[in-house]
Amino acid sequence: MSRMARSRYDGVEITSKELKAQKYKIFPFTARFNYDWSTGEAVGRFLAELKEGRIIGRRCSRCGRILVPPRMFCEEDFRPTDEWIYVKDHGTIKTYSVSYLNADASRAEKPTVVAVIALDGASEGMGFLHLLEEVAPGKVEIGMRVKARWKPKAQRRGAITDIASFVPEVS
Amino acid sequence: MRRRVAVIGAGMTLFRRRLLETGKELSFEASRAALDSAGVELKDVDSVVMGTAPEAFDGVHMKGEYLLDGAGGVGRPYTRVYVGGGTGVFIPIAAYWHVASGLSDVCLAVGEEKMSSVYPHPQGAFNSIFDQQLERPLGVNLVWIFALEMRRYMHKYGIKEEEIAEVAVKNKGNALAHPCAQLAAKITVEDVMKSEPMVWPVKRLDISPPSDGAAAIVVASEEVAKKLTPSPVWIDGVGWNIDSTYWTDRELAYPLYLEKAAKMAYKMAGISNPRKEIDVAEAYDPFDYKELHHLEGLQLAGKGEAARMTAEGITQRNGELPVNPSGGLLGVGNPIAAAGMMKICELFWQLRGEAGKRQVKKDARTGVAQAWGDLMQFSSVVVMRSS
Repeated sequence: MSRMARSRYDGVEITSKELKAQKYKIFPFTARFNYDWSTGEAVGRFLAELKEGRIIGRRCSRCGRILVPPRMFCEEDFRPTDEWIYVKDHGTIKTYSVSYLNADASRAEKPTVVAVIALDGASEGMGFLHLLEEVAPGKVEIGMRVKARWKPKAQRRGAITDIASFVPEVS
Repeated sequence: MRRRVAVIGAGMTLFRRRLLETGKELSFEASRAALDSAGVELKDVDSVVMGTAPEAFDGVHMKGEYLLDGAGGVGRPYTRVYVGGGTGVFIPIAAYWHVASGLSDVCLAVGEEKMSSVYPHPQGAFNSIFDQQLERPLGVNLVWIFALEMRRYMHKYGIKEEEIAEVAVKNKGNALAHPCAQLAAKITVEDVMKSEPMVWPVKRLDISPPSDGAAAIVVASEEVAKKLTPSPVWIDGVGWNIDSTYWTDRELAYPLYLEKAAKMAYKMAGISNPRKEIDVAEAYDPFDYKELHHLEGLQLAGKGEAARMTAEGITQRNGELPVNPSGGLLGVGNPIAAAGMMKICELFWQLRGEAGKRQVKKDARTGVAQAWGDLMQFSSVVVMRSS
């Protein structure tokens, strides 16, 4: 068959019905790997401080920015950052969304509110991702004041989840 | 000195949720179609650029090598490029380097994606893009970050979900005329609003699907192009730019990195007023809000003004500035690296007047294609012109 005589748009669709019925041969594979990640200097200290109920950033004395999450170098001035600085465990919602999906894209039983929170004491715009609780999804607003709800000290592991979630500053 | 570079052929496969063909077979079909369209054979090709997204989709490492034989790369200078969702429009940029530099006279550029292999859903394969210690423990899903960006964009400029939904209606409607389209449909704003929430404000019909597919182009030097075709389409400008990976520290309402990428490409193409000089745009639309966001970053709309432009019909196929006449990712489908390449193929056909039922009404001479990716931080931009 001449190439030009072929359909210009190749491709044979497999519908989900055909997939289930195993109309075409498939070959399954499962990958499983284990990792031990180094947390590094900056995030290692950040996580250790979370265990103590504190949030820490790094300051670059050239641009003056207080970086959260912390890093040992300033990506703008491209030099080492200079000092550790504690920031507050409360701040303002920069943006939020309401997730009906689990991590694997399956439907969640109840929605999760997630937000990017700009912390007081950090430079403008510095924020991090976390969960939001004790507020109905419809009541959340950008600009809303929120504070960290820490896990009890005995349950903290030096992880971002040592903060159980953020909650409205005034309920 | 930089040489002038042309696209002389384009080809693609069907885009579907699941195709029988392997990635290699899809790469071959698209490459073969592009070579046939250009009227050249593989022996005429000096180098090959391949673009494809994360290994996790396939469970195959060395993906460039895995796809090599299907992309015509054997025995040639062969490069795989990868910049997340921005890959599709980065492939022609890398092909451009090969030819503009004088290293190659003919370069085959191929984009491939097969997202159906991984299950239950390819979104799960994306979880490893997030920060290991700070984000993954929160149970992050890929759609979270786009919903956060969409919400911020809506807030900053006072844009309503209904206004954004107009983009999904337009693009899925445009795709009715695309023979490769996966999700072409005549829908209404109400359909979008009533579709189930994924991560609010993102609803099912705001979002493009996972897809299998491939697309390819043949890029050539001016001398070769003029011998082979009376209607080469020139790559007159390329630009790309990336912002910090600390995405939570960024103002999400406006893609500054795209402004920089677009200005780089426009400067190269000698474009000083893109809104007047661009005739047709294939802006990256994995979500409906992204088309608006990107029109603003591309300097084709003022900040916060793309929704109004859309409401006024300016971006319709028969409008003053047609945007995504192909049907975009929302309508044609989103096999990541192949989706951006589909946009390059569309500009090639539009600027040659070969887009058939999809042909824009105005006399289109200059077009721009754009893609976006990584952690909402990267954009690639290509400006193309007909002779």
